[in-house]
Amino acid sequence: MLGPGIAWYLAAGSAVFAIGMAGVMLRRNPLIMLLSLELMLNGANLVLIAFARRHGSLDGQVFALAVMAVAAAEVVVGLGLVVAMARRKIEIDADLLSRLRK
Amino acid sequence: MSAGNILVWIVWFAAAVGCIGSALAVVAFRNALFSALALIGNLISLAVFYLLLSAEFVAAAQVLIYAGAVMVMFLFVIAYVGWDKDIAWTGGPSWQTLGGVVAAAALLTELLVVIALGASNELAHSNHVSADFGSPASIGRLFMSNHLLAFEVISVVLLVAAIGGVILGAQKRRDRKGVKR
Repeated sequence: MLGPGIAWYLAAGSAVFAIGMAGVMLRRNPLIMLLSLELMLNGANLVLIAFARRHGSLDGQVFALAVMAVAAAEVVVGLGLVVAMARRKIEIDADLLSRLRK
Repeated sequence: MSAGNILVWIVWFAAAVGCIGSALAVVAFRNALFSALALIGNLISLAVFYLLLSAEFVAAAQVLIYAGAVMVMFLFVIAYVGWDKDIAWTGGPSWQTLGGVVAAAALLTELLVVIALGASNELAHSNHVSADFGSPASIGRLFMSNHLLAFEVISVVLLVAAIGGVILGAQKRRDRKGVKR
């Protein structure tokens, strides 16, 4: 395999995952929390694909595609929630959304 | 080092800088619109990684589905909600912010230590792969044989999510007398 070894890809994936995790915990705009969640999923995807290459087996890539589909589903539900908040004139702020019924 | 090796290192380094820089930008921008645009950059630099790891089909799906379709939906919702609202960057007491940063840094350190420990042993060599590794044909064959159940479950998950999105986004209609229908 030319270029950097698998460990370098794993390190990059871990960095993206940790940055996304910090974003989910720090930010209070739900849209940016969703974007940070996407970062976490993509960091995990990179690790999956790196290990698929390491073992020479395509199962990791199939799993990465499944993660992509689940991420799309999660985005639909998350954005639906944000749109519902905007419709009901609730402020778009995760800390103010402490009650589910309103 | 051969010339091809150096070239791959350069591409890897450029993708890593783009990937981590845009990930930091996603978290740091106050404006959700800029965050979403930074995430598109992150997805594209990850697709470069996937190409280096000979995952051609996943890289193409990443650019088409993620950076294309999903992010366009994100931008639509950001435009609908309004991206110029002044939402506090972070909330809660300062120990929460500090705790979040410490937890993320601790996890990253732990992961990097584990990777560095394995880097010279298990992670040092990788198996040889044939030319059609990661091609659409081989992935499609795998999806239709070994992972058929997962494929069907994914389609059900997407259907349920689509229905849930419609229900969440639908307005309750009222007729002229103001009765909920």
